[in-house]
Amino acid sequence: MAERERILKIRDLRISFKTTNGQVNAIRGVDLDLYKGETIVIVGESGSGKSVTTKAIMGILANNAHIDSGSIDYVWYDEKTGERQERDIVQMTEKEMGQIIRGRKIAMVFQDPMTSLNPTMPIGKQIMEPMIYHYKNSKKEAYAKAVELLQLVGITDAEKRMKNYPHQLSGGMRQRIVIAIALSCDPYVLICDEPTTALDVTIQAKILELIQDIQKKKDLSVIYITHDLGVVAKVADYVNVMYAGKIVETGTINEIFYDPRHPYTWGLLSSMPDLDTNEDELYTIPGTPPNLAHPVAGDAFAPRNQFALNVDYEIDPPMFDVPGSATHKVASWLMHENAPNIQMPASLKHRIENMKKEGL
Amino acid sequence: MDKSMLKYIGKRLLISTVTLFVIILVLFLMLKLMPGTPFNDEKLSDSQKALLMAKYGLDKPVLVQFFNYLKNMLTGDFGVSYVINKNMEISKLVGSAMVISFKLGIAATILGAIVGILLGVVAALNKNSWLDSLATGVSVLGVSIPSFVFALILVYFLGAKWHILPTQYNSSNSFVSSIMPVIALSMSVIANVARFTRTEMIQVLNSDYMTLAKSKGLDKRTLIMKHGLRNSLVPVITILGPIMVNIMTGTMVVENICGVPGLGKLLIQSIQQNDYNVTLACSFLYAFMYVIIVLVIDVSYGIIDPRIRLGKDE
Repeated sequence: MAERERILKIRDLRISFKTTNGQVNAIRGVDLDLYKGETIVIVGESGSGKSVTTKAIMGILANNAHIDSGSIDYVWYDEKTGERQERDIVQMTEKEMGQIIRGRKIAMVFQDPMTSLNPTMPIGKQIMEPMIYHYKNSKKEAYAKAVELLQLVGITDAEKRMKNYPHQLSGGMRQRIVIAIALSCDPYVLICDEPTTALDVTIQAKILELIQDIQKKKDLSVIYITHDLGVVAKVADYVNVMYAGKIVETGTINEIFYDPRHPYTWGLLSSMPDLDTNEDELYTIPGTPPNLAHPVAGDAFAPRNQFALNVDYEIDPPMFDVPGSATHKVASWLMHENAPNIQMPASLKHRIENMKKEGL
Repeated sequence: MDKSMLKYIGKRLLISTVTLFVIILVLFLMLKLMPGTPFNDEKLSDSQKALLMAKYGLDKPVLVQFFNYLKNMLTGDFGVSYVINKNMEISKLVGSAMVISFKLGIAATILGAIVGILLGVVAALNKNSWLDSLATGVSVLGVSIPSFVFALILVYFLGAKWHILPTQYNSSNSFVSSIMPVIALSMSVIANVARFTRTEMIQVLNSDYMTLAKSKGLDKRTLIMKHGLRNSLVPVITILGPIMVNIMTGTMVVENICGVPGLGKLLIQSIQQNDYNVTLACSFLYAFMYVIIVLVIDVSYGIIDPRIRLGKDE
């Protein structure tokens, strides 16, 4: 592998929300790395903190959210001087975020294209807006570039569509528009928050391919958020499994799919339906995620974990390196050298064997 | 303005015309169904009455009378007043009164809308702060206290006690003497618009497209002005219609308190004095204003929210 350049480094990020029921510790120490041109996926259940993490990167957290500690270091090169810049997003002011980061360096594709476009503005204007705002492009320049972007995201009759309002377009087309808006200021990082969840299954694959295609053309780094392991398998270079506000397992896609180590990852993979499933019932992970409004003792997953050790209820496991890999890390006491030798469930093992044979 | 917009406006105009026609028909027939004739003088013999009826065309079938009335009306001839101002042309009588009422109503609506929207936006942007509570307090007062009570309070303090403004309307000094009735009338507008704008704005601020607009890196002012305000004003404009009609009817009492010689005052007078032609003309004018207001609202709604337009240029 050639020299990888890290452009985003999140360390020990902790975010809490003030609610009427008290303080909710939604993010409890997240570490994350993103390298240039690569794709990472954050996968996890609803409420595990995937979206909050990315919103923190964009600086668009809700008003009642508070970043308690941690850093989000972002590296970029100045457009004019080519000088290397490194800043901690957490320390930046709201104004700096708007002027330097949001839209220009890091852009976001949202979950529901039906509601994420302004209903009273023609789509052309919505695509042109950030270019005119950030780069002081003339209307003509911005228009030309917007048409170009529409063609790039696969919209036919681009010039005609510029005047259309969102309600005149289908969901798939709207998501393409959202992608075009995200790309309008040539960002380096694209965050896709469940970009296909709200779409028709037939459109999902097309949108994913489009994002991958654009990623290659523009050398973008992409962060996906999803709970769909099918999407993970299709797009990811690296996978981060998130549970209750923490990354519990991280590794390359092959490491996560073929050699999962965390019991939660086992559960996730087991609960993915496939054609070979012989059992009558699809596996589900028992129980529900913990309420983060209450302090969590030990490993947050322990109460749902059939393989939980006594220590899991006492002390939160640190990240263990998986022997023989520089990228694979697991937060589970099972990885400790003194831990009993517990293997993944036999049914999952069988399943992984099948996946390997089929080449995923 | 594109083609779909013109088509939309044309359609609204047509519907308004038909509505007005139906209104005149109903008003006219109601008047015809009323017992008695305008010539109730006991000294008149039956033959004399018949002569008078023939002179004014009242012996003809009702439909013929109706179309005569309609024809005259289109040329601005609403007949003459029988009682209030004998033989004075109604178009003149009602015309001057209407202008005054309309000016007051428009002024109150504009003032109320501007202040209300400002108040609503400030409240929404500072949700749950003291500014929000203040705006809510003003709204509750404005909604619950009728406009004529405000008029009385204003007349008492500003007019009678402190002598800042004239207590009664005066056509030679119409601007200054209109201030009190306009403020009194605008209070309910302010209250309603502020409440509505606040709710809409809060909803818009939490919407996905505002998050997307924010993720573009726009500053707060651009966000609110270009993305927030327009979307939250769409529903506000719909309530402006009924509000304005409310004001028009609300002027009746306020006009009496402030001594404004407007349409409301004239209508009440004409009903009390059985001046049918004046009653008919006044009621029709109220209906006319209503239809026009609704038309204006519909058209501006279409301009602001493209989804309303009925055109199909997809």
